[in-house]
Amino acid sequence: MTNIKSKLGWKLATAVLGAAVVAGSFAASAVAKDWGKFQVEDRRSGYTYMTDETRDVQNDDFENPGMLWVENGQSLWSTKMGSAGKSCASCHADADKDMKGVAPSYPKYNAKMGKMETLEQRINRDIVEKMGGKALKFDSKEMLSLMTYVGKISSGMPVNVKVDGPAAPFFAKGKAFYYQRRGQLDMSCANCHEDNPGKLIRANTLSEGQINGFPTYRLKWQKPGSVHRRFKGCNKNVRAKPFKRGSDEYVNLELYVKWRGRGLPTETPSVRN
Amino acid sequence: MRKTKLAAGIIAVASVMAVQSAFADSHIKKYKIEDGAIKASLTGKTGDAAKGKKVAINRKKGNCLACHAISDLKDQPFHGNVGPSLDGVASNYSEGELRLRIVNAKTSNEDTIMPAFYKVDGYNRLIKKFKGKSVLSAQEVEDVLAYVMTLK
Ligand code: HEC
Ligand code: HEC
Repeated sequence: MTNIKSKLGWKLATAVLGAAVVAGSFAASAVAKDWGKFQVEDRRSGYTYMTDETRDVQNDDFENPGMLWVENGQSLWSTKMGSAGKSCASCHADADKDMKGVAPSYPKYNAKMGKMETLEQRINRDIVEKMGGKALKFDSKEMLSLMTYVGKISSGMPVNVKVDGPAAPFFAKGKAFYYQRRGQLDMSCANCHEDNPGKLIRANTLSEGQINGFPTYRLKWQKPGSVHRRFKGCNKNVRAKPFKRGSDEYVNLELYVKWRGRGLPTETPSVRN
Repeated sequence: MRKTKLAAGIIAVASVMAVQSAFADSHIKKYKIEDGAIKASLTGKTGDAAKGKKVAINRKKGNCLACHAISDLKDQPFHGNVGPSLDGVASNYSEGELRLRIVNAKTSNEDTIMPAFYKVDGYNRLIKKFKGKSVLSAQEVEDVLAYVMTLK
């Protein structure tokens, strides 16, 4: 697309969106701005595609609504769950130390299962096997709280998933999913998040669809959401049948998408529109 | 305040694509592609530009503004820029070329993000309620085309 044409789209948007939003998307697409830790090589966190206003909400721990979920998670950590009368703290007393670096390394290969495991699934394994509890749903209040808390502990640590060795075939599947067109609108993840970040799709500035900040607090949702919830939403938007949370398809896709953001800082709880 | 507006915009975009065109045809009428164009009207009739304008704006139908800016529609909020502006497009292409572009843009560029608006098969994991449906009906394609032909 030529510059003149893209500027026209931009000007039209100015009229309705107001200067702040457009300044945000303009900076995101046209001006080489120094994004500091939010950019690694050519990869940029969704943070850099947001408006200044949304970024401010994320930056300020008192304003960031995700912080309440971190606190919930922290108190849940030492709450007994399940028939064994144990809490997470029974085995991981010093969460700040024991959980450091965990979130940026998932999904991980699990030899016993013979496949990849997300952090939710890893947490559920302990709840079921060690604590005698019932597996939590990905987007339940409890799971989102634990995920947000554990994510926050690795704040700033670079995304670093292993995609070689036994993970390699799962990585390949996730990558194939990413480039596969689907739905009546016949689009792949790459069509939006690789080919068009920084561009406006109606009122939305497309980002690279990175997941370094998940669970992300989405203003539209008014709560944090799991990576798989986001995948479902993006599938439905193109009128494609989504998969289930925790399905092998989404777990492998998560591995690939996480790898796309390698080196980006863990940003949980991020705030997005 | 701006935050709520933005959120509303986002919800709208999410639902853009989520609701089917209620009147879309279940059956695709046969058409012939020659010289990179579909020269004959899909319905045998000329479209209605005023109706086509509405289809182009409607987020559940053409939603052309999702990706294209159109100066003629500057009263409408939120013009995307994933695709080129459609200003002057009718001076650059013939009617038949534009018809083919709307029916199935992938015939000229297989990598394009632009959806095919008049196609029912070959989709991957299509949501059930869209099975056998095209995004636009033959008449809606002709109406959008009539509108696009005014963009000289
Ligand atoms: C029709 C365009 C479109 C397609 C296709 C699409 N998305 Fe998205 N996606 C969006 C929009 C719009 C947003 C919200 C703005 C943004 O962050 O890009 C979004 C957001 C996201 C986010 C949140 C990013 C953040 O920083 O919080 C992730 C992750 C994501 N998409 C992944 C995917 C994956 C994986 C696929 C394919 C299965 C996909 N998307 C397909 C349009 C799309
Ligand atoms: C999801 C994005 C998207 C949507 C929705 C979309 N288009 Fe496009 N369109 C594009 C892109 C991108 C191009 C650039 C060429 C290409 O990709 O092949 C394009 C190109 C065009 C062109 C050729 C313009 C030129 O200057 O070469 C026309 C005409 C056109 N589109 C019409 C429409 C109409 C009419 C609609 C709605 C019924 C529509 N488009 C909906 C993305 C889209």
